[in-house]
Amino acid sequence: MQRSVGYTLLFATLVCVVCAVVVSGAAVLLKERQDENALLDKQSNVLEAAGLREPGVSLPPDVVAERFATVASKVIDLATGEVVEGVDVTSFDQAKLTSDPETSRVAPANPAKVNRIPNQAMIYEVLGANGEVEKYIFPVEGKGLWSTLKGFIALGADLQTVEGLTFYSHKETPGLGGEVDNPGWKARWPGRKVFGPDGEPEIRVIKGRAESPEAAPYQVDGLSGATITSRSVTYLIQFWLGPDAFGPFIEKHRRAA
Amino acid sequence: MADKAREALIDPLFNNNPIALQVLGICSALAVTTKMDTAMVMSIAVIVVVALSNFFVSVLRDQIPNSIRIIVQLTIIASLVIVTDQILKAYVFEISKQLSVFVGLIITNCIVMGRAEAYAMQNPPGLSFIDGIGNGLGYAIILMVVAFFRELLGSGSLFGAQLLKLASEGGWYTPNGLMVLSPGAFFLIGFFIWILRTWKPDQVEEE
Amino acid sequence: MLEHYLSIALTAIFVENMALAFFLGMCSFLAVSKKVDTAIGLGMAVTFVLAITVPMNNLIYNYLLREGALAWISPELAKYDLSFLGFLTYIGTIAAIVQIVEMTLDRYAPALYGALGVFLPLIAVNCAILGGSLFMVEREYDLAESAVYGAGAGIGWALAIVGLAAIRERLRYSNIPAGLRGLGITFIITGLMAIGFMAFAGIQL
Repeated sequence: MQRSVGYTLLFATLVCVVCAVVVSGAAVLLKERQDENALLDKQSNVLEAAGLREPGVSLPPDVVAERFATVASKVIDLATGEVVEGVDVTSFDQAKLTSDPETSRVAPANPAKVNRIPNQAMIYEVLGANGEVEKYIFPVEGKGLWSTLKGFIALGADLQTVEGLTFYSHKETPGLGGEVDNPGWKARWPGRKVFGPDGEPEIRVIKGRAESPEAAPYQVDGLSGATITSRSVTYLIQFWLGPDAFGPFIEKHRRAA
Repeated sequence: MADKAREALIDPLFNNNPIALQVLGICSALAVTTKMDTAMVMSIAVIVVVALSNFFVSVLRDQIPNSIRIIVQLTIIASLVIVTDQILKAYVFEISKQLSVFVGLIITNCIVMGRAEAYAMQNPPGLSFIDGIGNGLGYAIILMVVAFFRELLGSGSLFGAQLLKLASEGGWYTPNGLMVLSPGAFFLIGFFIWILRTWKPDQVEEE
Repeated sequence: MLEHYLSIALTAIFVENMALAFFLGMCSFLAVSKKVDTAIGLGMAVTFVLAITVPMNNLIYNYLLREGALAWISPELAKYDLSFLGFLTYIGTIAAIVQIVEMTLDRYAPALYGALGVFLPLIAVNCAILGGSLFMVEREYDLAESAVYGAGAGIGWALAIVGLAAIRERLRYSNIPAGLRGLGITFIITGLMAIGFMAFAGIQL
């Protein structure tokens, strides 16, 4: 049906206004809840790496908050390994800092395919009853076969023994590389050692089965049928625990301990 | 009236299924069918969006100027999808993370646009709403059937509950990796159409 | 650096093929793949539109929508986060660009318009086009990366539809069970093509 131009314009404006109000209303009303969810999700992942949450079990918000009370979030300067004081840890957005040239630098060529390294990064410390650090948790990420693997690795107080490993985001082939989040495989990690005698990260995922942690401290079972994903896990852990990323922090605190 | 409403609801399920017959709207659908729970949330989202967009378009059908018809429909649909996406993010965060961009792609889902243009522009709001639910359900059925097979055969579970004990965890079932990958979904839909058309031969295409 | 762009393009074309790995643009993928000629036309149109809209939406996202994006107008506006308007803006941009492209081609490149013209209105609401922009935002590409990604994703889609059309042309001479004829067999062929494309998965640059 033909209508006048004025009517058409008026109609278009009205539709726009109504839609804008509805959409913005929903966004504003739900924003708080969404932010809570995002935070909860991140904390749950940290708890899993820390061994404070069974993999695959989602905890109610109050339990997460309660368990997270023993975890301290710290922002550190990667180059010096110093803890940066006075940074708001709740709004710390490492992904954003990594993409901004002012707060990050180009990574040297590395097999984990990390392009940029942020100047500051967030780590977590699991505290014991007397406030001493029991575990350190470091975020790790790198290219796998299909996508970027993102996860956390937990080291013991000696900053040498692996306490746990978890990947919270990946799109590897289900059943092959996708087994990186299989609890059975993740259970092969605790007890392994990270750094060799010369201080370089030595831990690697090998092909086939690794011996017990005592006999082969630097080796972890490979994922069968997933050579590239296995290799990627090796690369990304060696990169993030190495001298270009968390190396300076680890060295400093190991000496102190 | 009651008959017409029932027809609007039931017809799209098997006789006139939007995916199987008109190949509509599978774009945003298949990628989320590796698990039953994501498929179900996606189905509900689509049903809600189709029903409401049909309803609103139908309410406005006598007022919409013909020249900006399509863009007005698109605006209504896009707004509904944004609201749906926000609600999913707030209340089922885990699943909304897995659905990622595919909720947004409901906007370009041909079923939603197709029903708004073909049905809601001619019919009263109540009937349009029911037609939306019917078409949404037709879409949901295929999604759930595909997800059922993909999750059961691909991961040995349904709705995340392990039914077949996996070989990697000491059980007997070796999961079929193909099912979880994209080709598995194409094969399943192909077979589903085959079965549907053998059952209802009038839907067979002429070459 | 060149390697990085090459890697994005190759991944978009082969490994993460829009049609075969993400099921995007399926409606037209199945409907317009009966003849190779039309498939080539549609494939080119999709590539063309993706290569323009993805970087365009990248600018819109980075300078209007994302948190802190409005800081270039005035620092006070930096606190606003309009990313919830994403879907609406992207689809609007796409519809507008498709319209502009259509008019420009009609005026200045009639030959090209003759080849692509009929497909342009069709792809304004193609999920592959919107999907390209949404993936670009999710993966946080910058402007150059999104241009490469947009073109790559389009080429991948075009490759898939032309391949499928070529197979379907041959298929006319085969004896297919009645219920499987047409749509059913097309899905199964698409599945087989998807398996073929998965062979590219291991490519590392």
